[in-house]
Amino acid sequence: MSKRHDALMDPLFNNNPIALQVLGICSALAVTTKMDTALVMSVAVICVTMASNFFVSALRHQIPTSIRIITQLTIIASLVIVVDQVLKAYLFEISKQLSVFVGLIITNCIIMGRAEAYAMQNPPGLSLIDGFGNGLGYGAVLMLTAFVRELFGSGSLFGVPVMPLVAEGGWYTPNGLMVLSPGAFFIIGFLIWILRVWKPGQVEHE
Amino acid sequence: MQGSVLYNLSFAAVICVVCAIAVSSSYVSLRERQEINQALDVQRNVLVAAGLAATDESLTPEEIEVRFTPIQQFVIELETGEPTDVDPATFDFRADERDPLKSRVAPVNNAGLNRVANRALVYEVLGSDGELDLVVLPVHGLGLWGILYGFVALDADLGTIRGLTYYDHGETPGLGGEVDNPRWKNLWPGRQVFSPDGNPAIEVVRGRAGTPEEDPYRVDGLAGATMTSRGVTNMLRFWFDEQGFGPYINGLRQRGSD
Repeated sequence: MSKRHDALMDPLFNNNPIALQVLGICSALAVTTKMDTALVMSVAVICVTMASNFFVSALRHQIPTSIRIITQLTIIASLVIVVDQVLKAYLFEISKQLSVFVGLIITNCIIMGRAEAYAMQNPPGLSLIDGFGNGLGYGAVLMLTAFVRELFGSGSLFGVPVMPLVAEGGWYTPNGLMVLSPGAFFIIGFLIWILRVWKPGQVEHE
Repeated sequence: MQGSVLYNLSFAAVICVVCAIAVSSSYVSLRERQEINQALDVQRNVLVAAGLAATDESLTPEEIEVRFTPIQQFVIELETGEPTDVDPATFDFRADERDPLKSRVAPVNNAGLNRVANRALVYEVLGSDGELDLVVLPVHGLGLWGILYGFVALDADLGTIRGLTYYDHGETPGLGGEVDNPRWKNLWPGRQVFSPDGNPAIEVVRGRAGTPEEDPYRVDGLAGATMTSRGVTNMLRFWFDEQGFGPYINGLRQRGSD
C-alpha cells in the first residue's frame, strides 16, 4: 500500500472522520434533510479541507509553533469565506438553504484536525490527497444520511419525487422523525454500527 | 531567527495581509453578481407572494422583468402612509434602518425590532380594469436565529391574505426553515389579517388550524419550530398595526371608497 493510497482511502472506511472520530456531527445533522444541500456542503468541505491542508503543509516549516493554531484558523476562515462568496454568486438558491452552515465550516473539527494532525507533518502533495480523502469520507456519510432522510422524510431524491406523498395525492406518509435532527443521529448511529460489524478493529476496548 | 517574538509577529502580519487580500478580492469581484442575485430574488419573492409565480418555479431574469410590468412600486412614509418621491430602484430599507436620520427607535414590540426605517417600499398590482388588485407589503421580524425578511400580499379588500413568503432568513433547515415549504405557504391564502374590530388578529398556532373559511385568523404552526412560528405571528401583528402599515392601509381604503 502506497502512502498516497492510504492518505486517500483511509479516511473513507478505516478512519472515517464522522463514523470513527465522530467529528463534524453538527453540520451532518443540519444539512442532510435534502440531498442537494448535502452534496453542495460536501463539495464545499472537500474544497476547504484540500486547500487548507495544502497551504498549511506548504507553510509548515515557516509556521511558528507558538501561533500555529491561530495561523491554521486564519487560513481556514479565509478559505471558507471565499467558498461562501462563490456560492452566493453562483449557487444562490442553495447557498440560501445552507444559510449559516457554510460559514460554520470554519469550526468543523475535521478541517482543523487534519491541518494539525496531518498537514503539519507531511508534504503538500500528500496533504492535498489526505484533505481530499477526509472531505470525501465526510461527504460519503453526509450523502448516505441525506439519501435515507430525504427518501423517507420527503419521499424524494434530489428533489425528484420517488414515493408520492399522501399530501399530494400519493400513498406515502412521510416519516417526520427523518426531517428532524434526531433522525440523523439514528442514521449515523446505524452507519457506525454497520461499519464496526464489517471492521471489528474500530470497536473501542472496554 | 524562528521562534523569536519578532519572527512570530511578522509571520502573523504577513498571513493576515495575504488572507485579507484573498477575502476582500473575492468579495469585490463577486459582489456585483451577488447583488444581482439578491435583487432578482427579492423580485421573485414579490411575484410569489402576489401569486404571479409558483414557489418552486425557476424564472430567468427576463421572465421576472416581464411579470413585474403590472406592478407599481412606491416608497411610502410609514407614519402617514403617503407616497414619497424616493426612487424605488435605489431604496434599501436595511440601509435606512441603520441611518439615524432615516429611522426611528421601534415602538415596544414583540417582533425583536430595535429600529425601524421611516419609509418602506410597497408594491401595488393593478388588475386589467385599472383598479387595485392586490398590494404586496414587506415584513420582517425576529425568529429563532435572526431576522426573517418576507412579503405579505393582500387582496383588494385589504384584509384577505393572498400569499406570504420569506426571502431571507437563517432558521434551522427542516424546522424553522420550513417557512419556505410550499405546503405551509399554501395554508395562507384566504386567511384574514384583521379581526372585525380592526386589529391584527392573524396568528400561527401550535398544531393545526382549520380551513380559511372555518378558521380565518389562524394558521398551522411549524412542527419543532415554536420560536419561528411565534416570530411570524409577532412580525405580522407588528407590521399590520398602527405603527406599521396601518396608516397606509387606511389611506388605500379611503382611496377605494372615494
